[in-house]
Amino acid sequence: MATNEIMTINMGPQHPSTHGVLQLILELDGETVVKATPHIGFLHRGVEKLAENRSYHRALPLTDRLDYLAPMSNNLGYVLAVEKLLGIEDEIPQRAKVVRVMMAELTRIKSHLVWLATHALDIGAMTVFIYCFRERELIMDMYEKLSGARMTSNYFRVGGLSLDLPDGFEQDVKNFIDAMPGHLETYEGLLTGNAIWQKRTRGVGYISAADAIDIGLTGPALRASGVDWDLRRDNPYSGYEEYDFKVITREGCDTFDRYTARLDEMRESCKIIQQCLDKLEDGPILADNPGVSLPPKENVLNSIEGLIHHFKLVTDGFKPEPGEIYQGIEAPKGELGYYMVSDGSANPYRMKIRPPSFVNLQALPQMVEGALLADVIATIGTLDIVLGEIDR
Amino acid sequence: MPEMLSLSNDPILFIAVMLAKILAVFVVLLLIVAYATYAERKIIGHMQTRLGPTMTGPLGLLQPIADGLKLFFKEDIIPAQASKLAFILAPMMILVPAFITVAVIPFGGNIVIGGYTVPLQIADLNVGILFILAMEGLGVYGIVLAGWASNNKYSLLGGIRSAAQVISYELAAGLSIVAVFMLAETLSLSGIVEAQSGSVFNWFVFSQPLAFCVFFVTSVAEINRVPFDLPEAETELVSGFCTEYSSMKYALFFMAEYANMVVVAAVISTLFLGGPAGPFPGVINLLLKIFFFMFVLIWMRATFPRVRYDQLMFMGWKVFLPLALLNIVITGAVIVL
Repeated sequence: MATNEIMTINMGPQHPSTHGVLQLILELDGETVVKATPHIGFLHRGVEKLAENRSYHRALPLTDRLDYLAPMSNNLGYVLAVEKLLGIEDEIPQRAKVVRVMMAELTRIKSHLVWLATHALDIGAMTVFIYCFRERELIMDMYEKLSGARMTSNYFRVGGLSLDLPDGFEQDVKNFIDAMPGHLETYEGLLTGNAIWQKRTRGVGYISAADAIDIGLTGPALRASGVDWDLRRDNPYSGYEEYDFKVITREGCDTFDRYTARLDEMRESCKIIQQCLDKLEDGPILADNPGVSLPPKENVLNSIEGLIHHFKLVTDGFKPEPGEIYQGIEAPKGELGYYMVSDGSANPYRMKIRPPSFVNLQALPQMVEGALLADVIATIGTLDIVLGEIDR
Repeated sequence: MPEMLSLSNDPILFIAVMLAKILAVFVVLLLIVAYATYAERKIIGHMQTRLGPTMTGPLGLLQPIADGLKLFFKEDIIPAQASKLAFILAPMMILVPAFITVAVIPFGGNIVIGGYTVPLQIADLNVGILFILAMEGLGVYGIVLAGWASNNKYSLLGGIRSAAQVISYELAAGLSIVAVFMLAETLSLSGIVEAQSGSVFNWFVFSQPLAFCVFFVTSVAEINRVPFDLPEAETELVSGFCTEYSSMKYALFFMAEYANMVVVAAVISTLFLGGPAGPFPGVINLLLKIFFFMFVLIWMRATFPRVRYDQLMFMGWKVFLPLALLNIVITGAVIVL
């Protein structure tokens, strides 16, 4: 028996609300949290190390498995980083850029839908969970049409895209973004005005703007604390400067404001996707750079030069000049950064990933101190962490 | 008209009729409990654009039987560190009070069989309401005991939550129905039904709307249903007090939850909606009212998030208790005037 009145409980890694395999060592006084210590590493697969032994093309599928709820965002960050390392950012065809933005925004909606679903379920609202997964399924279907896989898409390529959009894809996207605002109304109808929901989220998991910046919080969690910072606008990539969208900020610094901020972000994403559809025009999908891009399939099958080209690229890969770069993108959960070092060989010398969830999780102990056990669940949900990218 | 005979003059017949009534009520209650699980899954399923069970029998109608069989054949695990006797007793202690409560619910008027008057109520206690409150209060011991005996920190938290919750809500529930028997001037449930007879507008839901609301909400809290399902709180406490339970012991908890739903629905129907009064034969009216309240409970589960522990206590002590007291004062004033 413990002599003091503090009870230590292990929350996770097998707990329904720790969003994967997070372990929290909670020290409780009654139901009040005295101290929370996150333990991570249960999902470590050594993605960064694995990448050092693969050519740049072959390291791409590893990134699908970081934030497995937003695979295309991970892909996008990686290909942008490698393109920057190669110095071919300007050679990416317009169509590829637009499709990348479109898919990245669909991915944002998809990721936010899972966040809302699980967040609501953690707080006890079961129906929202099912509704969100219904809409997410539509995006999964689009993923499948596009890349053949529902989660591990591996669709973007260094220099462009792996495949062109299939027939009817644009219509699917159009149907989806037309219906999405109505679905968002439904979720809001179930939650926003609900007295219990408001009581459970307002003032819970408070983090001030200064603390958020000190910890390095990014994404909706930072913006809901009143910091107007979005890499899509402040450090644009993949042509984001051409789109008209609002950066959603809130002043409340609490779980409720992070909730409304993410919902509005989904609405903004729909607008960006609409602009993508308007911009989309026929054209090449891969940079015209034989040193990086694979030749078209008919060349590989019909000409010896094409075959050799394909063979050389696949077996040897491409070799960027020695150097190092950092590329950050605004992933659904915050700033996803790739720090790439090349030593002139075909494999990355070092691939350091800055996952948003890893940094955001650091805010958790501060946010839940003095709160109740039920608030811990709400706070984990509102930070929107995914253990796949925390443990890598 | 033949002379009315009383059953109590004939002990053998009395016992036989009593056993028949108990058996009938018990079987019906068990059936409702079994099919309440099915109804809950179907109703919530359709509310959530799902189908609910479809594979077991036509429309999935055999699902409760399949569930029961499955749980029956599961391995019965008692954790090594658990306090064995309490661990085994707990599920029974929660189920038995739920079933006993039904004994005082009148499910119809008197009927005449072979010249004997048979009241359609197992026991017409003159302290019926107190009996119900006592039994509902007993149920919490099962939960506390289960939480403590499991020797699991989550279960313990669930047990503590449950104790705090029931204590704070029982007061408000008890006080809210004080107003009802101030009007009925009796504690016997058949007397209360009698007081509401005549017209629909004699039902206490019209003269005591505040008491009705307070009693309904506090009852939901007492039977640990959403949004007050804190002792279970699957996403917080990993099912709380029943985390360590498996097999038939778990099934008993499960049955108790639904039996409690039936009981609460029956009590509310009796106290506020005239019990068996209505256009159909008595039992059917009562069943319809019970099903209506159970549907509302299921509907609430599909709609509401869960409240937090401190908010629950706040509501119990600072909202519902004063409301119930205020209601008594108003009722008293109206009666005196």
